[in-house]
Amino acid sequence: MAQSVVRWGMTKRPDFFNEMIDGGSIRPAYQKITQWFDSQGEETLALKKAEAETLFRRIGITFAVYDDTGNTERLIPFDLMPRVFTEREWSTLERGVKQRSRALNAFLWDVYHRGEIVRSGRIPADLVYKNAAYEPCVAGIAPALNIYSHIVGTDLVRTGLDEFYVLEDNCRTPSGVSYMLENREIMMRMCPELFRSARIAPVDGYPDMLRKTLHEVAPVKCDGEPTAVILTPGAFNSAYYEHSFLADQMGLDLVEGQDLFVDGDFVYMRTTRGPQRVDVIYRRIDDSFLDPLCFRPDSMLGVPGLMNVYRSGGVQICSAPGAGVADDKAIYTYVPDMVRFYLGEEPILKNVPTWRCGEQDSYKYVMENLADLVVKEVHGSGGYGMLVGPASTKDEIASFAERIRKNPHNYIAQPTLALSTNPTFVESGLAPRHVDLRPYCLMGKEVRLTPGGLTRVALNEGSLVVNSSQGGGVKDTWIVAD
Amino acid sequence: MRLTIEHTTRYSYDQPQRRISQSLRMVPASFEGQRVLDWEISCEGGTIGAEFTDGAGDEVKTLTVSGPVEQIEIVVRGTVETADTTGILKKHKEVIHPTVYLRDTRLTDPDGGIRVIAATARDSYPDDQLGLAHELARQTAERVVYTPGTTDQDVTATQALEAGMGVCQDQAHVLISLARCAGLPARYVTGYLHSTSDGASHEASHAWAEVFVKDIGWVGFDPANTCCPDERHIRLGSGLDALEAAPVRGISFGSGEETMDFSLSVSQTSSQSQQ
Repeated sequence: MAQSVVRWGMTKRPDFFNEMIDGGSIRPAYQKITQWFDSQGEETLALKKAEAETLFRRIGITFAVYDDTGNTERLIPFDLMPRVFTEREWSTLERGVKQRSRALNAFLWDVYHRGEIVRSGRIPADLVYKNAAYEPCVAGIAPALNIYSHIVGTDLVRTGLDEFYVLEDNCRTPSGVSYMLENREIMMRMCPELFRSARIAPVDGYPDMLRKTLHEVAPVKCDGEPTAVILTPGAFNSAYYEHSFLADQMGLDLVEGQDLFVDGDFVYMRTTRGPQRVDVIYRRIDDSFLDPLCFRPDSMLGVPGLMNVYRSGGVQICSAPGAGVADDKAIYTYVPDMVRFYLGEEPILKNVPTWRCGEQDSYKYVMENLADLVVKEVHGSGGYGMLVGPASTKDEIASFAERIRKNPHNYIAQPTLALSTNPTFVESGLAPRHVDLRPYCLMGKEVRLTPGGLTRVALNEGSLVVNSSQGGGVKDTWIVAD
Repeated sequence: MRLTIEHTTRYSYDQPQRRISQSLRMVPASFEGQRVLDWEISCEGGTIGAEFTDGAGDEVKTLTVSGPVEQIEIVVRGTVETADTTGILKKHKEVIHPTVYLRDTRLTDPDGGIRVIAATARDSYPDDQLGLAHELARQTAERVVYTPGTTDQDVTATQALEAGMGVCQDQAHVLISLARCAGLPARYVTGYLHSTSDGASHEASHAWAEVFVKDIGWVGFDPANTCCPDERHIRLGSGLDALEAAPVRGISFGSGEETMDFSLSVSQTSSQSQQ
């Protein structure tokens, strides 16, 4: 291995689990890929990397980053080194993710009906019913198959060989699945020989599974082959590429609010052949913009009357309005209880221990230990408005403490996890970088999970924040036969 | 009391509209103290569909009109048998948890003034939620003097309290804001009011507040008439505030101005079935 183009020896960080290297040797799952890289030679590899980048640019995956100056389009960095799981590792994750998705949906049905979990004293009423993501307007309404969250994105991190934690759940419209598909596309062009010899589970069935799921949740009033569409806020949205990509992959129409209208009992889409009834709407816009007659009266993105048609059973909205209450960060701490309460099972996946700053004892602990903790806003997302204690200066910690003090209920804190690392190409060669994983679980008549998901990598050395808006990149994720 | 309602709402546009969509919350529910004998909503040239009963127990309908259209008329006709239940909403079917009604909205957000009144009242009635609710209703009527025709739709609870006067909508918002501050769930209720010849009752299209009292349930308070709703009140629907509870929420596509006018009569009908 002395001639190896990539330095497998990499600095060993004993405190972080290295997914590729076990002591001095390469883990079995990574044998084939490392051999392949070694066989390429430095020049070829450089060419491949350039080619991958060009492909990405040509395919056009960019995303908008929000900062003080407005939106900027940016290319998301793609790392050529894939992340590899064994089938054995994956099967545990798969069972865990599916279990969690079922529990979250059971919770949603419950809190919009009798609220047994609240009555039983397991979750405080205030946390659910005063939650901004709880939509009273859908109380008592039953969506098709009683499913609220049809696409659950579960963010997972790893801390050891068999140690995985759920960082958060995304029950509304988790994004990033287009990267999962595109990353694979690029890798298959980069190293086709590997896909012939190694048994890597395919991910390209996802669009078909999603379309099947959408069709399965058509409302009762739909009597023929259901018509499903994707509703986007428009081209200025940061995930617009993904909306059009998925529409294209599934062969569905991509529509904006102005393309739809309500007439009588149903929603119709304007087409060149006249109005066409729409049965299922995969919406990629937030609840508050869906319908000005029900939510924000000033919203121009939505469809007036849509919520009435939904509530009267004339159309299915995916995810169902109000699904967000299940992925609220304050509710998150109760997900293991949901699994036990609704499914009567022990949770397969662990939660990260979490302190709710709104509780007196927790508040005290958090304020005394800020330097060691990660603090997040309860309703925040995208890695904005968070504090990573160990990576922050004294001043940063002090000013964040002030924010918590002003509104403790708005924050939760977690220990800084020793996130696993995955070898990642940087200027000096391969270096360990922290990663997470988001699989996409589909809930229809069946619970479906594509083997793999989106691996996000924190490209800055030592950084634990993997969000693309905060200097994160992506990797292809392989599930290989044991 | 048997009450007959004839209510016509007319929307006129100075230029033709391409499409009109409205969500109607204009059907009263039946419960103890209110029995709907017949009720009809119609709109010539429009389609009424997408009907359902929401979690608060209100029947909601959807009116859509394809243009070009310059005027629509929503005609509501119905008869309701009412009885006095001392303001308590009894046997009303709903599923929304009362805690939901502790949430504030833009129209009910309290300020320092509201907080002080609520806290003072709460201290005077530490173990008596019903007494506290009555006290807050009394304070509302006293501090926001009922003055017809004084305000517009967008006045918030704090603005109404500061002005010291307002219509039934303003009084309801102030009472709701006070109650929530004092820890009592509260909501906005719309309805019709029958004006008896002897009493000094007001607008036939009316609004009041309901406060959730432990061990009793929802209790209505009508600050404009300094009473609890009785057999003169017909309850239409509820919401977190006037916007959410509005009998009509609509939008029209097209340019130009919209004007609304209405005619309404709430009259007592003799009934053969009275005991």
